[in-house]
Amino acid sequence: MSLDYLDFEQPIMMLDEKINELKRVGVDTDVNVSEEIVRLKEKLETLTRDVFSKLTAAEIVKLARHPKRPYTKDYADRLCTDFQELHGDRHKDQGQEIYSGLARLEEQVVMVIGHQKGRTTAEKVRRNFGMASPEAFRKALRLMKLAERFDIPVVTFIDTPGAYPGITAEECNQSEAIARNLLEMAQLTVPIVCCVIGEGCSGGALALGVGDRTLMLQYAYYSVISPEGCASILWKSADKAAIAAEALNLTSDRLLSLGLIDTIVPEPLGGAHRDPDLMAATLKEHIIRELAELSIMDKTELVNARYARWLSYGSPDRS
Amino acid sequence: MSWLKRLLPKVSGSNKKAIPDGLWVQCSGCSATLYRAEVERNLFVCTKCQYHMRLSARQRLDYFLDEEGREELGAGVTAVDHLKFKDSKKYKDRLTQAQKKTNETEALIVMAGQVKAQPLVAAAFEFSFIGGSMSAAVGERFAIAAEYALRKGCPFVCFATSGGARMQESLFSLFQMGKSAAVLSRLAKAKLPFISVLTDPTMGGVSASFATLGDIILAEPKALIGFSGPRVIEQTIRQTLPEGFQRSEFLLKHGAIDNIVHRRDLKDTIANMLSMLMHAK
Repeated sequence: MSLDYLDFEQPIMMLDEKINELKRVGVDTDVNVSEEIVRLKEKLETLTRDVFSKLTAAEIVKLARHPKRPYTKDYADRLCTDFQELHGDRHKDQGQEIYSGLARLEEQVVMVIGHQKGRTTAEKVRRNFGMASPEAFRKALRLMKLAERFDIPVVTFIDTPGAYPGITAEECNQSEAIARNLLEMAQLTVPIVCCVIGEGCSGGALALGVGDRTLMLQYAYYSVISPEGCASILWKSADKAAIAAEALNLTSDRLLSLGLIDTIVPEPLGGAHRDPDLMAATLKEHIIRELAELSIMDKTELVNARYARWLSYGSPDRS
Repeated sequence: MSWLKRLLPKVSGSNKKAIPDGLWVQCSGCSATLYRAEVERNLFVCTKCQYHMRLSARQRLDYFLDEEGREELGAGVTAVDHLKFKDSKKYKDRLTQAQKKTNETEALIVMAGQVKAQPLVAAAFEFSFIGGSMSAAVGERFAIAAEYALRKGCPFVCFATSGGARMQESLFSLFQMGKSAAVLSRLAKAKLPFISVLTDPTMGGVSASFATLGDIILAEPKALIGFSGPRVIEQTIRQTLPEGFQRSEFLLKHGAIDNIVHRRDLKDTIANMLSMLMHAK
């Protein structure tokens, strides 16, 4: 079984394999299979559309965690030019669980900051599976303040299973690192556009998430806790994760209708990993549009609007 | 032995942290059986081992505020079941149950008042209300408290006792972390002190938002304070945690809090600190 396909994609995989087999037959023999291939490809597209039109919340969580899903660096490389990576919290650590730097997004200079997962085993370990340490969050904050001083908008990419739960993380005050980012982001005087690209889980996600706009890729998820964590606490069994995923309303369409995110960025058929270039191009368009809208506001107006926005979440009377 | 057994309070293992009604109280710290009236006089601190028992939000505010001029704020803001959440129980039923059990409408109680004649606004968490978890209504009450401080130009003191976010409100709950931090940014700009008092336990989304954003952060002795729960950490790193991990003394040692203060000294300490911070006002 190909690891590219998730369990609910099995019918798609089987059809895809059939097409590949037919292609091989076409090469090896004189039989004309091209018509059949065209027919099967159409069928494949219809089938994929069908499967993806009725995804459950749990299936979307699987897509958000797909091992081939583009990560922050994949987008930064495709969206930006002149990327200059910037490291370190200036106190203790390089903070490689977050990828960050100065770059150009077309003509606009931006500060890019995003959780970074690893692709290979070695990189996964180096990136700590996208679970940021307090040092990585403090690096992010340092760079946001740097951006503010030079009037550079901040673009964040959110993709984390949560902040790192470990002994040193607690010793270095993980709570404060997250909290400080929330407070400083709330009053930063440059535009902040936040993009949830994969897993938006818990306080570790929000530590890069207090901004003027929240964009969310179609098959990303955003939640207070992982479905597994929620299930083991409220249902006393991690096996109920699928039910918890549904109950948590963590999908982009639910969150948009609840008014908790601003825009859903549509993904290519089959998910972002099927066509990272197309995904990046769509995302780029959205980010540029949002930044253009925000750039016409003066600083006070910008910060006041962000303040009003964050005060209104969960309190509709305020908005 | 039988007469003694009858005199001793029945304390079930699962509920040993709550303070049972009756003549006697058993200390969760040293298991000593204590005369309730005496413990009450000692602000529910064990007279034998100084273990700080958990207080209700009202007890906490009652001990802290002067008797005159108390006014509750935000009481009309109550939880909304935005998501029609249901696990083994409906969230709606959990709310009703919590309200019955605590006689409160939410997990945060806010009161304007005075401490040693200094005007301020104080908030305290009610742990018996769904683990003192942060709902949108809790976030809103917190904002109401901070906005009151902004309007009146007075300090804000918050006593945290919370398991963290309220899962039944999912992203609404998570976003309260941003909301509470945002409102504190305004307090900081107005140069009004925010004092955060961490009591047992202060975890997760509460610890990782306003609770660690105090201009001054105090903790009661031996309170459990941290971002991730000890069990989650143990499961992640597959090691047993060191003795005293995530307790107030651990936080003090690692520079996370300003000081540890015994409950009987909290009022005096805070009043004194506030009078110094507010000297120019």
